[in-house]
Amino acid sequence: MRVLVAMSGGVDSSVAAARAVDAGHEVVGVHLALSRMPGTLRTGSRGCCTIEDSRDAHRVAGMLDIPFYVWDFSERFKEDIVDDFIAEYAAGRTPNPCMRCNERIKFAALLDRALALGFDAIATGHYAEVLRDDEGRPELHRGEDLVKDQSYVLGVLTSDQLEHCYFPIGATASKAEVRAEAAERGFSVANKPDSYDICFIPDGDTKAWLADKIPMRPGLIKDSEGEVLGRHDGAMTYTIGQRKDLGIEKPASDGKPRFVTGLDPATNTVTVGSRADLAVSHLTGIRTSWAGAAPSDMGSTPETAIDCEVQIRAHADPVPARAWLGEFVAEAPEHEVNPIVDEVEVPAARPAGQLMHVDVDEELSGVAPGQTMVIYRGTRVLGQATIDSTTKDRITPAPEFAGA
Amino acid sequence: MPAEVLEVYTKELARRANPSALHAVGQAARMRIEEAREGIARAVGAATSSEVIFTSGGTEADNFALKGLYLARNNGTFTEPARPRVLTTTIEHPAILETVEWLESLGAEAVYLDVDSAGRLDLDAATAELRRDPERTALISVMAANNEIGTLQPIAEIGEIAAELGIPFHIDAVQALGQIPLDFAALKATAMTITAHKIGGPVGIGALLLDRAANPTPILHGGGQERSVRSGTLDVAGAVAFAAAVDLVTADLESRSARLSGLRDRLIAGIESSIDGAVLSGPRGADRLPANAHFTFPGCEGDSLLFGLDARGLATSTGSACSAGVSRPSHVLLACGLDEDSARTTQRFTLGHDTTEADVDTLLATLPEVVGQARRAGMVSATPRWMQGAS
Repeated sequence: MRVLVAMSGGVDSSVAAARAVDAGHEVVGVHLALSRMPGTLRTGSRGCCTIEDSRDAHRVAGMLDIPFYVWDFSERFKEDIVDDFIAEYAAGRTPNPCMRCNERIKFAALLDRALALGFDAIATGHYAEVLRDDEGRPELHRGEDLVKDQSYVLGVLTSDQLEHCYFPIGATASKAEVRAEAAERGFSVANKPDSYDICFIPDGDTKAWLADKIPMRPGLIKDSEGEVLGRHDGAMTYTIGQRKDLGIEKPASDGKPRFVTGLDPATNTVTVGSRADLAVSHLTGIRTSWAGAAPSDMGSTPETAIDCEVQIRAHADPVPARAWLGEFVAEAPEHEVNPIVDEVEVPAARPAGQLMHVDVDEELSGVAPGQTMVIYRGTRVLGQATIDSTTKDRITPAPEFAGA
Repeated sequence: MPAEVLEVYTKELARRANPSALHAVGQAARMRIEEAREGIARAVGAATSSEVIFTSGGTEADNFALKGLYLARNNGTFTEPARPRVLTTTIEHPAILETVEWLESLGAEAVYLDVDSAGRLDLDAATAELRRDPERTALISVMAANNEIGTLQPIAEIGEIAAELGIPFHIDAVQALGQIPLDFAALKATAMTITAHKIGGPVGIGALLLDRAANPTPILHGGGQERSVRSGTLDVAGAVAFAAAVDLVTADLESRSARLSGLRDRLIAGIESSIDGAVLSGPRGADRLPANAHFTFPGCEGDSLLFGLDARGLATSTGSACSAGVSRPSHVLLACGLDEDSARTTQRFTLGHDTTEADVDTLLATLPEVVGQARRAGMVSATPRWMQGAS
């Protein structure tokens, strides 16, 4: 098939490209220019990004003797990823930009263009696998190397998208194997360090970066009873579960550490509480999507919930859970007027789409709205939803343990 | 590289000689350099061969001309310049624009002259700027022809006025050499940049034509091998190959240009009749470089067009690419009044001396399919599929 490989210049996508070539596909490499540095007014958009990464990718493409191009998606990226990231934080939520990028850039804008230009699939260096069920429908599964597994950030892909996804290194046993293969192939990127940070925040200091984008408004820090414990310089610099640097002088009456338990952008209030206050057993998700066929046995009542596992961060452990569908929100409410960040457009709190409810068998801690919950059954990704709200108590009966 | 050029180039490479050395071998190399210098001088209308200063290419020549002349006009210093004004156009090559920006950062007052929608310098406005404050003006730099959309500039007219006012005039003639006649003396320019690789010579050699009376402050120091204003051991092989290439492209310039212009107009007419909405950028006919055709194709990302053509063996260009290889909305097109979206839909077709009518017809036969595909691929700025339907 004709394959367009998204080449970041890293070791994973380099080996993915090589394997796609070895597999006999007709391969073209493309490096996506995503960040845009502001140039001067006159020289406009001449400033650019990722020179080194683009060169690394180009070099590998050259060694593989495949055509290579750099495509500019920076405008799309700014609108859909960077601005969304800022708006989500401004609304008191914790977004996952990598997931968003997969959803809207790599497997949407890029995939659309690739299909229109005659390609059959997009290949990337993700650690995940696309398998087929009995009826030939695509299923997304965890990568073989559970340490590197990236199925979580791909959980947002739908059946249509998975039909055109190709992950050549997903079944590799370990990253070390990928690096060794890169070295064997003579790729200079074999020892290039992994990237962990958000790509558009080069120094990794998310809070400083956000403070530069979102106007800081001082507000109050309260406990769950509403008692004022202190003041903050800007609510969005706090995250749910945060313990350090809370800016409260008075110690808790019980002498135990305090944690951020809530952020309310409407009142610009940071709520703090005990570790126990952070524990949640029920999650409500919005914008539900299915990575392949929707689970046919999942009902829309707690009684018809299915057994599954839920994972709430890219590298969190999955926990046993029960999931069922909520209502379908047909229409998104008006954009909220946010009194704190009126310069930043805040997206609707609950956009249109299917709600999903999840009860977890083990309490989760530090779950922030905006995070994605991906539900699995074994290695298979069933789907995902964006966490909208959490509650301390579960809805379905607690699980009974065999032999207890 | 044309065979004639390659032959003298490789022959010279085998010789290994330093033209500054005093022994017989060195002197012989010096003679070959001087022959090359004379040949180039003759071909571009320099009064004497000493007006040819070899450089490492167009970028160095542009930098040398602007920085060197600016400093020479300001007593060799950036401090309290008596003549801070630097005039240039909004559509120059980055080697000029970024040099002017650098001078600006050190106290120069840059004046960017506007162009019309076809990319041609507004002569009245330029004249007014030249006459506004000649006493405080260090220099003016205008390209002979635009590298992206092929517009020829009124350099002869600018030369007349600049000479009358005593303002040094630099021409970036990199794109024009071998395409249109260049007569350095008649143009009344102080300095003029040319380079070898645009005309089939090697990369790494160019020249600044420099009026004998001009005395720019050196930018490269260390030996002063070139008329005491440019240092560095001379590249004998590069120089003789450059001269051979200049010979080749200027010998029968008229007939070559006529042939290329004919092909270009065939291509332009063909695209205009076969592609809905295609818009030619820049002027038509004699006001345009013979080998340049440049279009905007509404609804097509330039990247998608380039991909489609490249996949079919046709090498084109989207405009200017940055060092990461990203094509960007061109500053030239923005200066011509296009919006950023339209500036993303460009494709430049450059004809070579070996391009045939059959090649043009192949391109014309291929283009509708490629444009159709690119239109289906859509614009990056358009509302993406995931947003359509689902809100």
